[in-house]
Amino acid sequence: MIDLIGLAIAIPLAAAAVNMLVGARLGRFAGWLATGAMAVSFAIALGALLDLLSLPAADRAQVVTVAEWIRAGAATVTLDLRVDPLSITMAMVVTGVGSLIHLYAIGYMEHDPMPGRFFGYMNLFCAFMLALVLANDFLLLYLGWEGVGLCSYLLIGFWSERPEAARAAKKAFITTRVGDVMLLLGLFVIWIHFGSFDFDTVLGGEGSLPEIATGTATAISLLMLGGAVGKSAQLPLHVWLPDAMAGPTPVSALIHAATMVTAGVYLVVRTHVLFEISDVALTVVAVIGLAGALYAGFASLGQYDMKRALAYSTMSQLGFMFLAAGLGFNAVAISLLVAHAFYKALLFLTSGNVMHGLHDEIDVRRLGGLVRDMPWTAALFAAGALALSGLPPFSGYFTKDAILELASHDGEVWAYVLGSLGALVSAWYIARLFFTAFIGDQRYEGRAHEASTLMRAPLVVLAIGALFAGMWLAFTPEGRLATFLEPVVGTVAEGHAGPSTQVLVAISVVLTLLGIAIAWRLYRPAAAERWVSFPEREPGLAGALGHAFYIDDLYAWIVGTVGLGGAAALEWFDRTVVDGAVNGVGRLAVRASGLAPIWQSGKVRRYALSFLAGGVALLVFAAVRV
Amino acid sequence: MRTPIAYFLLLSAILFALGSASVLMRRNALRIFMGVELQLNSVNLTLVAFSRMHLELDGQILAFFSMVVAAAEVVVGLAIIVAVFRRTGTTDVDRADVLRG
Repeated sequence: MIDLIGLAIAIPLAAAAVNMLVGARLGRFAGWLATGAMAVSFAIALGALLDLLSLPAADRAQVVTVAEWIRAGAATVTLDLRVDPLSITMAMVVTGVGSLIHLYAIGYMEHDPMPGRFFGYMNLFCAFMLALVLANDFLLLYLGWEGVGLCSYLLIGFWSERPEAARAAKKAFITTRVGDVMLLLGLFVIWIHFGSFDFDTVLGGEGSLPEIATGTATAISLLMLGGAVGKSAQLPLHVWLPDAMAGPTPVSALIHAATMVTAGVYLVVRTHVLFEISDVALTVVAVIGLAGALYAGFASLGQYDMKRALAYSTMSQLGFMFLAAGLGFNAVAISLLVAHAFYKALLFLTSGNVMHGLHDEIDVRRLGGLVRDMPWTAALFAAGALALSGLPPFSGYFTKDAILELASHDGEVWAYVLGSLGALVSAWYIARLFFTAFIGDQRYEGRAHEASTLMRAPLVVLAIGALFAGMWLAFTPEGRLATFLEPVVGTVAEGHAGPSTQVLVAISVVLTLLGIAIAWRLYRPAAAERWVSFPEREPGLAGALGHAFYIDDLYAWIVGTVGLGGAAALEWFDRTVVDGAVNGVGRLAVRASGLAPIWQSGKVRRYALSFLAGGVALLVFAAVRV
Repeated sequence: MRTPIAYFLLLSAILFALGSASVLMRRNALRIFMGVELQLNSVNLTLVAFSRMHLELDGQILAFFSMVVAAAEVVVGLAIIVAVFRRTGTTDVDRADVLRG
């Protein structure tokens, strides 16, 4: 099946073409076509995974050449796909979670007039995402990278008749573009230094390090980190992610939680060799991740829009992944990525159920008590929340807390302390969402209708994954996924600094329970009046949290006021000085030419007089000469 | 006794001046035309006078050429004047100024 891995990309691509060309005539069938394509793609990826597992660990990096792609002079680029533990893990997440979300979307989008366009874009996204993770060189990776950015733009703005969706789509595209340009510059440096985009050449195969100076490695790493930060919505390019929730909820779940935003983490882990040569870059990754995890955690506490709160939660979890990668715990970073894909997709889709059942109502101040009308949705959300909060034995514990545990054992005290604070806030914000939306008094009008069976079925699968995938894959450093990934991402020598593992587990559980307790204290049904009126009582704090510490507003001010002011000044200069000079020359020529026709009076007698005067002048001249 | 050349030249100059004045001061195209003829004939007179002075025939021959050309010119000129008159209803040359710049 490894040789057929190209089909895993080609089939969703073909389905996307069919859906985009004739999707309007397919009606409900469009969704089934797209879901079927994803299921086939998943089966191929699963087959490749099983084939890979049957090989000895040393041979688990297979390159499949699909075609010769570009021939320019002596340089040829072949279209190579790489099947190794890291890429196949990512492909499994994309196709597995992707299939479930496609299935859910059939129900979610059933009243939409243009399912063909929607599912076409979704399939196209999956094809690009698979190209990104299965690429064997930076060129194909970059193609996928830009492709998923395009699909993200198209899908955020899917309801283009809504101005906020169109605005959010543009914002996402332009903000990530800042990072994409940095990634492109990084690729240029790679080409200059290595003369190749091939992973084996650039990253050094078989345990050999690439020959590269520390400074160059730092430059490449930081430029690629710029791209990763843009795509993964980390500080300081995170502002697009909360707004991206204007898209349909399956899009938020697939692109802005489970897959595309993790591309940055994948890139950092894939190129970890370069990051490790440059110690500086690695530290920057850890600092950005930790800062993002804390920042987004607190920002999530101030959101009343459920999807925005989940978006900040995604950013916070991605921050933990960057922290892990920055500390060198690549296997755990990918483990968290996998677990996060399950529980965050689940959380987003349950919030989609709420929107679907309540005519797009998503503000927790106007929800409450949903557990009575939507018991399934409430239970599924609770499962996702438990997985995220990090209580053992669920997924979050085996991944997020594994990072903190490793950090402590490595003697990274600051990362452990601040990361634990982030974990506490994670438990706090997710419990807050559950308490405010699903229990207590009903604050909405009418009745919410529970999601259909078609929409519940994929959620149940996701919930099982969210709760137990962590345990099943034993996401500990010595666990199965980590061992599987080790040939690609490197091994971590476990340290023995700080308290023992048992103490750390106890601390982690206590902190998580403390977070949930804080949330209960603040948002329990009896205190509903207090938290609903919180913005009126504490406008300063609520404003800072709700606006995510005004970073977005700062950017808006910089672009809107300073940028537009500068543009206006330049426009004035252009119109007055540059255009003035050009128009002045033209006007001068017109004036000067206006003097010429004085002679062309059209009066015959004047011509005759000139004629005579000329003759007389000639005669006088001749006489004087003689 | 031969008449001195100066008399001829003086008469010619007077004729040319009268012709020029007519060309410059009249507005009627026909009168301007007459002025032009006067100028041409004054020049012819000069040619013939010099021819006699030098006792050669070149000047007289040139005068004949000049008359022939003048005749042809009258044909074309009158035709133009008639055409302009038909179009504008006037022979006032100051009003035929459509070619001004």
